Amino acid sequence: MKLVILDDSDKVSEWSARYIIKRIRDFEPGPEKYFVLGLPTGMECYDKLYHRPIGSTPLGTYKKLVQYHKAGKISFKYVKTFNMDEYVGIPRDHEQSYHTFMWQNFFKFIDIDPANVNILDGNAPDLEKECASYEEKIKIAGGIELFMGGIGPDGHIAFNEPGSSLVSRTRVKTLNQETILANARFFGNDNNKVPKQSLTVGVGTVMDANEVMILITGAHKAYALHMAIEEGVNHMWTVSAFQQHPKTIMLCDEDATLELRVKTVKYFKSLHAIHSTFMETAL
Amino acid sequence: MNKNILNNEITKFENCRIIRNGNIVKDDLWVRNGVIINPEPVFYEERVSADVVVDCQESLIAPGFIDVQINGGFGYDFSSDNHIIVEALNAVRKGILRSGVTSFCPTIVTSPKEVYYEVIPQIKRDQGGASGAEILGIHLEGPFISPNKKGAHPVDFIKGLENGIETVLDTYGSLTDVAILTLAPELPKAGEVIRKLVEHGHSNGNLLHGEKAVSNGASFITHLFNAMLPFHHRDPGLVGLLTSQYIPQPIYYGIIADGIHTHPAALRIAHRTLSKGLVLVTDAMAALGLGDGLHQIGQLVVEVKGREAFLKGTDTLAGSIAPMNECIRRFMKAAEVGIVEGVEAASLHPARLLGIADKKGSLNFGADADFVLLNGSIPEEVEVLHTFIGGRCVYSDPSAKSIVCQFCC
Repeated sequence: MKLVILDDSDKVSEWSARYIIKRIRDFEPGPEKYFVLGLPTGMECYDKLYHRPIGSTPLGTYKKLVQYHKAGKISFKYVKTFNMDEYVGIPRDHEQSYHTFMWQNFFKFIDIDPANVNILDGNAPDLEKECASYEEKIKIAGGIELFMGGIGPDGHIAFNEPGSSLVSRTRVKTLNQETILANARFFGNDNNKVPKQSLTVGVGTVMDANEVMILITGAHKAYALHMAIEEGVNHMWTVSAFQQHPKTIMLCDEDATLELRVKTVKYFKSLHAIHSTFMETAL
Repeated sequence: MNKNILNNEITKFENCRIIRNGNIVKDDLWVRNGVIINPEPVFYEERVSADVVVDCQESLIAPGFIDVQINGGFGYDFSSDNHIIVEALNAVRKGILRSGVTSFCPTIVTSPKEVYYEVIPQIKRDQGGASGAEILGIHLEGPFISPNKKGAHPVDFIKGLENGIETVLDTYGSLTDVAILTLAPELPKAGEVIRKLVEHGHSNGNLLHGEKAVSNGASFITHLFNAMLPFHHRDPGLVGLLTSQYIPQPIYYGIIADGIHTHPAALRIAHRTLSKGLVLVTDAMAALGLGDGLHQIGQLVVEVKGREAFLKGTDTLAGSIAPMNECIRRFMKAAEVGIVEGVEAASLHPARLLGIADKKGSLNFGADADFVLLNGSIPEEVEVLHTFIGGRCVYSDPSAKSIVCQFCC
């Protein structure tokens, strides 16, 4: 596992975008060979201390990717995408749906073929069947080459809330009370309007990817980062499972290191020069 | 909607800002079969991309302008060129594209019965396209107006409503293609006629007349301030309708914002009183698009000097010669508003007045793809670069950079 510590969340967005670009370019995708990318949604986070929204890190990554696409640096023509999760039972074009988020922040700006975009359908008549066929689609696409993810302050990845099985597959998941309360602000501050369930890829689904890149920014996620990399694999901090993935990059900002040991930080910072070469590509 | 391009091809206009829901937003505009579409379901359900992408080069896209009062232009007058009315219509509907007008109501001023019988059957509602702006229906201004406030209308042909709706039908012949009828609300039997038709102007009437007219279904005050009693604090006249508490629906009012027909201060009073009802009209006459000299309007001769047009030998204003984009520009300056409000007064408001806001006057999903590309770097100048009707480019300013578009002119 690699940990790349950058100054701030903007640098994390930049680094992650450039890494994705480099990986796609090096892969040399074409009509016979698609690059398969797993994507997080990265809704806006909320700073409970100062009562203000904080831009999420994946959102920053999408913005950078769009900029590089507009500048002609990267094409998504031969890229297939799989998104991690979606709410159950809200209209696809609801302003809080992950379909809407992905359309408004990423897909509408890039040259991806709509046929190559995959997002779980939270309105499918048979949700279990929808999940099973999603796993099947990933398999048919040849597995996920690079899965990007973010985490919550409680260390969840996708909607794999604390306590989720670390070998879980794509499935219906009931949201925990904390997530429902945190999301109420997106649904008119009415807990009853917040979807209670979601469809999400499992920890095992993400573990199957060839490579995983996880973005962790902000002081409010510092403890989660500590639990993710300095403690053992623990199903109450589902992101910790990636300690056992052969190819994981954790990207964080200085704020997120607040709960780490000095030794840990110093070690990974000493590797910074080497890690930086991973995303170097002519732009 | 332009029926000859019903081929399901999707065009995406990008690199632009668009005026939507009262804001300027950075977004793309997607068009299919002459209609503005929501691209999200196209992406997720149909799973297809745009067939044609048009680079708008950072222009500002506004809904096409709607002119509900235009008497002619480019040397033609709808009321006096009754023998060549089709030729006149074609010249005007094509000529006004350059000012961003994509639909309009050709206006006939007070005329003898023979003229109505000859002209009205020849002006049909007609979709727009390369041949010119869409005809939304005729605006009949007169002859049922006040002889005391006749403006440029020939007094000999002004008449009353002796037999109510019978007189109206007898005078005009047919009302099938009529969208707006301007009459004076104080005329006897006006209430009954309005109930059966449904607008007013050229009036000597007081507020009570106006309120009664609105209660009977009238919705528009033709060129506010012009050809009506001035505002008086004990007898506010039709101007008082803007703040009346006794009318059931919002009232719309036309403003000629050419900088001559309405003083900027009067325009501000109207705008600050009832901004949502303000409808910009050109009230343009035959000399629109021409230059100084003598021109025919109705049965009269008009003299143009600079920006002004008078009845020959008098100081009575005969109609405007300012194109719509100039009216918007002057309105923005006079009312101290931005491009969004300026454009809405020439698109959304007239569309609402005519009850066609679902199809015209906005860039909402489902509306007809009638729009103008304005110079995005100087929006306050309302400089029209390209005009589109039904998603097709029907006019390009010769000095504008050509945009990458397979069917542009």
